[in-house]
Amino acid sequence: MNILGKLSWSAIPFDQPIIMAATAFMALGIGSILAWITVKGYWPYLWREWLTSVDHKRIGVMYMVLALLMLLRGFADAIMMRAQTAVAAGGEQGYLPPEHFNQIFSAHGTIMIFFVAMPLVIGLMNFAVPLQLGIRDVAFPTLNSVSLWLTASGILLTNVSLVVGEFAKTGWVAYPPLSELEFSPGVGVDYYLWSLQISGIGTLLTGINFVTTILKMRAPGMGYMRMPVFCWTALAANLMIVAAFPVLTATFAMLLLDRYLGFHFFTVDAGGNPMMYVNLFWVWGHPEVYILVLPAFGVFSEVTATFSGKPLFGYRSMVAATMAICVISFLVWLHHFFTMGASAGVNAFFGVMSMIIAVPTGVKIFNWLFTMYGGRVRFEVPILWTIGFMVTFVLGGLTGVLLAVPPVDFQVHNSQFLVAHFHHVIIPGVVFGAFAGYYYWFPKAFGFRLDERWGKASFWCWFIGFHLAFMPLYAVGLMGMTRRMQHYDNPEWQPWLLVAAGGAVVILAGIACQIVQLVVSVRARRQLRDVTGDPWNGRTLEWSTPSPPPAWNFAVLPHVTGIDAYWHTKQRRRASQPPQPQPREYEPIDLPKNSPTGFITAFFAVVTGFALIWHIWWIAGLGVLGAFVTLLVFAFRRDEEFEVPATEIARFNRTHMAGVAP
Amino acid sequence: MTDARYDRAPGDQSIAPDSEERASSGVLVYTIGLVLAVGLTATSFWAANTSLLWNPGVPLGLAVLAIAQMGVHLVFFLHITTGPESTNNVLALAFGVLIVFLVVVGSLVIMANLNGMMPPAELMNLHMRH
Amino acid sequence: MTVVVAIPGVHSAAPASEAGPAPKRIVVAYGFWIFLLSDIVMFAVLFASYAVLVQATAGGPKGMQLFNQRTVAIETACLLFSSYTCGLMLLAVNSRRRAGMYLAALLTFALGGAFLALELREFADMIARGAGPQRSAFLSAFFTLVGCHGLHVTAGLIWLTVMMAQVAIKGFQPRVERRLLCFSLFWHALDIIWVWLFTFVYLMGVRA
Repeated sequence: MNILGKLSWSAIPFDQPIIMAATAFMALGIGSILAWITVKGYWPYLWREWLTSVDHKRIGVMYMVLALLMLLRGFADAIMMRAQTAVAAGGEQGYLPPEHFNQIFSAHGTIMIFFVAMPLVIGLMNFAVPLQLGIRDVAFPTLNSVSLWLTASGILLTNVSLVVGEFAKTGWVAYPPLSELEFSPGVGVDYYLWSLQISGIGTLLTGINFVTTILKMRAPGMGYMRMPVFCWTALAANLMIVAAFPVLTATFAMLLLDRYLGFHFFTVDAGGNPMMYVNLFWVWGHPEVYILVLPAFGVFSEVTATFSGKPLFGYRSMVAATMAICVISFLVWLHHFFTMGASAGVNAFFGVMSMIIAVPTGVKIFNWLFTMYGGRVRFEVPILWTIGFMVTFVLGGLTGVLLAVPPVDFQVHNSQFLVAHFHHVIIPGVVFGAFAGYYYWFPKAFGFRLDERWGKASFWCWFIGFHLAFMPLYAVGLMGMTRRMQHYDNPEWQPWLLVAAGGAVVILAGIACQIVQLVVSVRARRQLRDVTGDPWNGRTLEWSTPSPPPAWNFAVLPHVTGIDAYWHTKQRRRASQPPQPQPREYEPIDLPKNSPTGFITAFFAVVTGFALIWHIWWIAGLGVLGAFVTLLVFAFRRDEEFEVPATEIARFNRTHMAGVAP
Repeated sequence: MTDARYDRAPGDQSIAPDSEERASSGVLVYTIGLVLAVGLTATSFWAANTSLLWNPGVPLGLAVLAIAQMGVHLVFFLHITTGPESTNNVLALAFGVLIVFLVVVGSLVIMANLNGMMPPAELMNLHMRH
Repeated sequence: MTVVVAIPGVHSAAPASEAGPAPKRIVVAYGFWIFLLSDIVMFAVLFASYAVLVQATAGGPKGMQLFNQRTVAIETACLLFSSYTCGLMLLAVNSRRRAGMYLAALLTFALGGAFLALELREFADMIARGAGPQRSAFLSAFFTLVGCHGLHVTAGLIWLTVMMAQVAIKGFQPRVERRLLCFSLFWHALDIIWVWLFTFVYLMGVRA
């Protein structure tokens, strides 16, 4: 037995120029950032204030950073695929051999779902939910840090697969028998499985954290029907995380047992049943897309109400629709495998349920429209993303209702029509929602606004680019082009795919605008400063804090008497009623101590994952032991909190609250 | 232990300060639970092995006994009640049971359906090994 | 959700949902309760897989030929009584009776350990008879489902040991008490899962 398992120098693909160039590019980028931090002496600050932070605001920001960086990686995959399909017509093979192309589409899907979309919504929920609930942090702050860093571990492992070894070539769903050892003997599927198992634990812990926080820790007076709608959607999404992610964990565990110990869950021999994997995967997979989209819907609710200057229309029906989606999303999963051969009765049941689930979403669309109707809509960047979403998502959702009809799905399952459909809902839904939330809450997080012109430019590039990139796919899908095709014979498809490639370039321009926007905004941060803490004339409690809020969020927990708690406070002030009396004496506040537990646990997770992938059993054992010891150290630590003295709170309030409305 | 205005933690017995009476009634609750659970378990084993019962009904009987045993654990060991201070705990449990039901029953129905639609063995060519 | 407050001198009947953040004991225990639900969903998936694959014996041994009811009965008794002693342990913690707590913990550990020993011997016997998890899909599912439960029991025993060390070193701090409450939730939940296991895997298995 080799001491380094299957690992050897041949794992690095020195003979593949594209991969080597990508590696060099990434190494250069990461290296220069690390070098800059070292030269500037920022490591102690970074360690103290960010890497060991258990503050939900910091953790939320770090999730967003991870997500936006991985957006670049996932988009690079997308551009490579579009470039390939634009040229690989007729007898042409393009520039990406099948072995490589297959890894690219697998990595693209995996990264976009697990390492872009999930961290985007989890990051937004992390930042905003405790502030909106009027409390100081989530229920389990150190666990929150563990969740973040385990997600980062998954990201690191997936990116390492580019350089050392290979990624899965099975698509992001990794169906057996292709994903079994017999047909995928390399390390690719193992990279996929271990990355997702590790980050999946992090996500599950987030679900537990937020369900507990929202149900058990809200400001005094904030009953359930006085919570902001974003918190309701966060509650539903996290309940779904708790219910759905264990399914994925168990399913991947069974596939891992097949691959590592020769079990027969999904093999084609000895009684295994590959169809069972497909069934279980989608039991998780369908709730997953609602986990992604519900918080985005919550962002749209907040943005619509704020920028219309009106309370959200139909609060109760919004809540009802959200919780209905939470339950119904567990009743539709078979529509992902209509073609696997179930009987008409079974297919029909799930087809009908898939149409029914469109109804609560329709309710939400109407509520947003009625909120804007009769209001004074300010067409700032978040509302642009929202309107872009509404226009686009409705059409994408309609193609979903079409696909819910089994005989239709029989024709277009796994064609480019399907690819167009799911991008047509995920991009306007999740991505636009995340971008709206990013722009909306950015001033609260950093104390200055983002540049508006570059924001509008990026929206238009994304909106136009998206349509150019994906509408042609409906056409080629109906013309017979399947998904995941490295090259094709039918020359009639090529013009459409050229347009699609052009669309991808326009989206690239949109991303470039966002990068420029960030740079420009940071440079002009003094002019863009948010002095009042309430740049948008907001309605919910986060806008009553200074920007950025202190570590303790609220010196005194607000007492809530209705929906849109902060709006009522402002109305009272405008009516010249005396504001809620400010305490002349502040109480000291206990805050959770920072902890390296999350970061160190994640380090051992990466070590263990990498060792398991390459069959280096002794290192894997050491990694598990290390994680266990880290847990013990955490369990036996003496102090879990530190006290912020009243004088510091008073001093902060004197200097920072001057511009903030009481 | 807990403020009466708040809910009760799962696993906690009803709110009251510690006392002699508290401790002995606590033991009583656990002991009753144990006796009931032992009885139900023994009944399960008997039901699985006896020829006195109508055979097709035994699986249902075992299921009912298992549900009863779960109930005994929930009430006597985990102190889950239907009182207003336990509502969140019961709701969470109900949500979990719903998901379990959907996953298990849904998967069984679907897989049975799919397996039933597979072509018979002689028509299938499973030579995937080279 | 209204709670009628019976504390003399307090006249408001504010619902629990408007009372502000709950005390830490409730928050921690509820969070662990939610974790347990996620764990039960994971077991449900393994159960479903077992149920789907229970007939897929690939010409190999069936449950009827492998399961020993006497062993299962003893295992069940061990786990059930260890749940009982765990409850007694929690009572001792609440009334601060150290000796009683250590004794109850020791019994819980011993009974849990006995359960594991019997189960490991059962697994070893099956593997020796050529009925290991690689033999068929049915056996893969059996070993995974029952083995996963056994792994949880093992984790519980390690946790119990660490908790006893925590009591010895730190005493009955609120944090330690909360963790003991969580442990008892975990241990009882494992017994509930075992109820479903012995009923549907072993008892149904020997009948079929």
